[in-house]
Amino acid sequence: MSRIKQDHSRFRDIVRGKVRDNLKKYISKGELMGKQGGKAVKIPIPQIDLPRFRFSTQDGGGVGQGEGQPGDSLGSNKGQPGEEPGEGEAGQNDGEKALEVEVNIEELAEILGEALELPKIEPKGGTSIVAQKDKYTSIRSVGPDSLKHFKRTYKQALKRTISMGQFNPSAPIILPIKDDMRYRSWSTSSVPQSNAVVIYMMDVSGSMGEAQKEIVRIESFWINTWLKSQYKGIETRYIIHDASAKEVDEHTFFHTRESGGTMISSAYNLAWDIIKSDYPPSDWNIYPFHFSDGDNWSSDDTRDCISLLREHIIPASNQFSYGQVESHYGSGQFLRDLNKHFALDDQDCTLVCSEIKNKEGIVDSIKEFLGGGR
Amino acid sequence: MIEYIQVKPLPQELADWRDRIEAIAADEGLDFFKTIFEVVSYDKMNEIAAYDGFPTRYPHWRFGMAYEQLAKSYAYGLSKIYELVINTNPCYAYLLEGNELVDQKLVMAHVYGHCDFFKNNYWFSRTDRKMLDTLANNASRIRRYMDLYGYSAVEQFIDVCLSLDNLIDFHRPYRPLDSRQELKPQSDLPDELIGAELELPRLKAKEYMDEFVNTDDYLDQQREKIKQEKLTQRRHPSSPERDVLFFLMENANLTRWQRNVLEIIREEAYYFAPQRTTKIMNEGWACFWHTHIMTKRGVLDQSEVIDYADRHSGTTAPHKGRINPYRLGLELFRDIFDRWNKGKFGRDYYECDSLAEREKWDTGAMEGKRKIFEVRRHHNDLTFLDEFLTPEFCARQKMFTFENNPRARQWQIASTEFQEVKQKMLSQLTNMGQPIIEVYDATYQGGELLLNHLFEGVELDDNYTRPTLKNLYAIWKRPVHLTTYRKDKSGDYQSVKITFDGSQHSELPYAPLPPSA
Repeated sequence: MSRIKQDHSRFRDIVRGKVRDNLKKYISKGELMGKQGGKAVKIPIPQIDLPRFRFSTQDGGGVGQGEGQPGDSLGSNKGQPGEEPGEGEAGQNDGEKALEVEVNIEELAEILGEALELPKIEPKGGTSIVAQKDKYTSIRSVGPDSLKHFKRTYKQALKRTISMGQFNPSAPIILPIKDDMRYRSWSTSSVPQSNAVVIYMMDVSGSMGEAQKEIVRIESFWINTWLKSQYKGIETRYIIHDASAKEVDEHTFFHTRESGGTMISSAYNLAWDIIKSDYPPSDWNIYPFHFSDGDNWSSDDTRDCISLLREHIIPASNQFSYGQVESHYGSGQFLRDLNKHFALDDQDCTLVCSEIKNKEGIVDSIKEFLGGGR
Repeated sequence: MIEYIQVKPLPQELADWRDRIEAIAADEGLDFFKTIFEVVSYDKMNEIAAYDGFPTRYPHWRFGMAYEQLAKSYAYGLSKIYELVINTNPCYAYLLEGNELVDQKLVMAHVYGHCDFFKNNYWFSRTDRKMLDTLANNASRIRRYMDLYGYSAVEQFIDVCLSLDNLIDFHRPYRPLDSRQELKPQSDLPDELIGAELELPRLKAKEYMDEFVNTDDYLDQQREKIKQEKLTQRRHPSSPERDVLFFLMENANLTRWQRNVLEIIREEAYYFAPQRTTKIMNEGWACFWHTHIMTKRGVLDQSEVIDYADRHSGTTAPHKGRINPYRLGLELFRDIFDRWNKGKFGRDYYECDSLAEREKWDTGAMEGKRKIFEVRRHHNDLTFLDEFLTPEFCARQKMFTFENNPRARQWQIASTEFQEVKQKMLSQLTNMGQPIIEVYDATYQGGELLLNHLFEGVELDDNYTRPTLKNLYAIWKRPVHLTTYRKDKSGDYQSVKITFDGSQHSELPYAPLPPSA
């Protein structure tokens, strides 16, 4: 192992908290934010900033060069002065902890996994769900006349004629013999079939505002990114609910604003119906996610939810995740109810609940959801 | 370390260019140590850069951190290191594999500028030119300590030392350990420090009565009294010490290996300090010579002009949010070159009031080349800017100061006035933009350490100050105090003393320390 590799792995160990706990407070996490659909993503570069006597930067300032008069703006004071938006640059100054780059989804998932130290998922159903598919893309020298490949046969005959020195350019007659014959044939390729499904459920009752939905949007984007990296194919289903539930497409899921009451059981019922009809739990890895502000209509309905979860959905799923987004209006009662009925602290409990206070809480919440490696 | 010294020879084409560029550089009067170039892959380059150019350094996570950052920004196409050169004799310089020929030529020309600067600039004159070996020795020492006392224990102590490694005297070249023995605490004050007998307070008496009024007994009494006073007043160090690391090495209660680690950190901090205090000059000088050699000495092929211009302007582009040292240094050297060629200096020029006349001033002095070589020998960034930044230059280069405007939540251009710009530049360069902190008294309250922050209008960052004091405590092992200033509610600065006593921090108002003589 080269020297730098040793130092690097030591650094990674410190960042991961495996050694030297006392340095932990100096680690800056950097950000992990992505706009869905947008390309710019910040890559976290963990840094350990050893304390030194230094000036407080608030009243800082400096010298620059360029066109401009006193009073002209050099950009938001949140960033570095004079930085064009979107311009990527390696962080050299203190405080710059992230690189802004364009990456594709696979890289993104890798970064996410590394940043959150997500465990790899052991899929159930496993290898059996690989479809064998035959395609006529190959060639052989025997076969039925109906599959004869004229062009290849002619080519082969031409080659042979030329190499035997019998080719006469003024009378280019080619006579194929039996050995020249070429026939179309199949080759078998295995196409992995999707065997994981994510069912997103979102409460769109009146109490879920734009801010709450934004959180759900960002969070489900990252969850999708991660699960996609873990399964060859993945299906997503979207359910929205207020007092009743319906299945919608992705766009509607993120853009609807409904109002009215909340009956969580309606969503769970619909989800269970979908699972029953389309995704036999023995073969499928099922990931239901439910986001709500935790305000259910009645305790009767909550009771229905609990029994649905306990008897049907949770046993069928790899993990059931409930994310409670904090809202001004929601009481947050549902989370407490779940807490009462399930042993959430239990290692084997496949119900995972997470409270998401604000955007900053997203990263931790993703970690709670996906940290179990189920 | 042997593998790093056995340099792969350059490919023939590059070797030919190196010989040519070296000859041109020498012909221009550049004076450098033998320079050894090596072409390395990007990964190797990142590795070497992570070690500040010295692959032989001791094991520490921060090199891994630097490496990760370099490797990631290279992988995502955000940055790329073109060139790396270290200040040793011979100089080692690294070229990036796969770069175009024009890049390699540019880098070689640039490197000879740096090598000349390393060899001739005063601030580098006391740096260790065998640093590759020294650092390798340091590394093997630290490895041995790690074997003996545990990896974590040594690493932890290194972290503590690193947290204090800006507490050296940036504006003084490195003083090796043994030349400063007089700092050792003295057990007794020698008589000569007490002053001549004549200065003893005497009772007023006529001359003929003197020996009866100021009797020997009385004088002895006075002498004893002064001695007592001096003793109680005596501080250690007798005048404040800015090289805090040195002071700690000499006086802190450390084990031998800890003292050695501290010495290593200090030695390396001093070695790298001139590179930071001459950044603008050093880069400016290298840029000055690479443009000259490339464009005026026929190194650049016609077909390469566009690529060269792209590379050069990328390096020397002005930046609104900070000073680009490459640009400022290059332009300032050019300005000096031009001014001394035209005789724009001296009393006649400075006293000339007519702008038009100053503009057209040309005595045909042709002193430019001599002057820039002289400048590169004597100055560091601070004195360089102090002496050669002119109002005309600032206006031409469109320099300005900017500030944070909290109400608009924006950075805003504050001023384009020469005095403001110069003031800001100089204050940023003074002590490398680090707070000046000195050991004021190590006998404070019977052996506690009192440090003084020389306050110049900017507060210390409290989030950093407190943990740093804690680290100081880890070395001093008795309570440590720092006097500084802090804004109170009405917005005035009040003198305070921040203390870490081993378990907690406290902050109390404190009378400002008297300025030292």
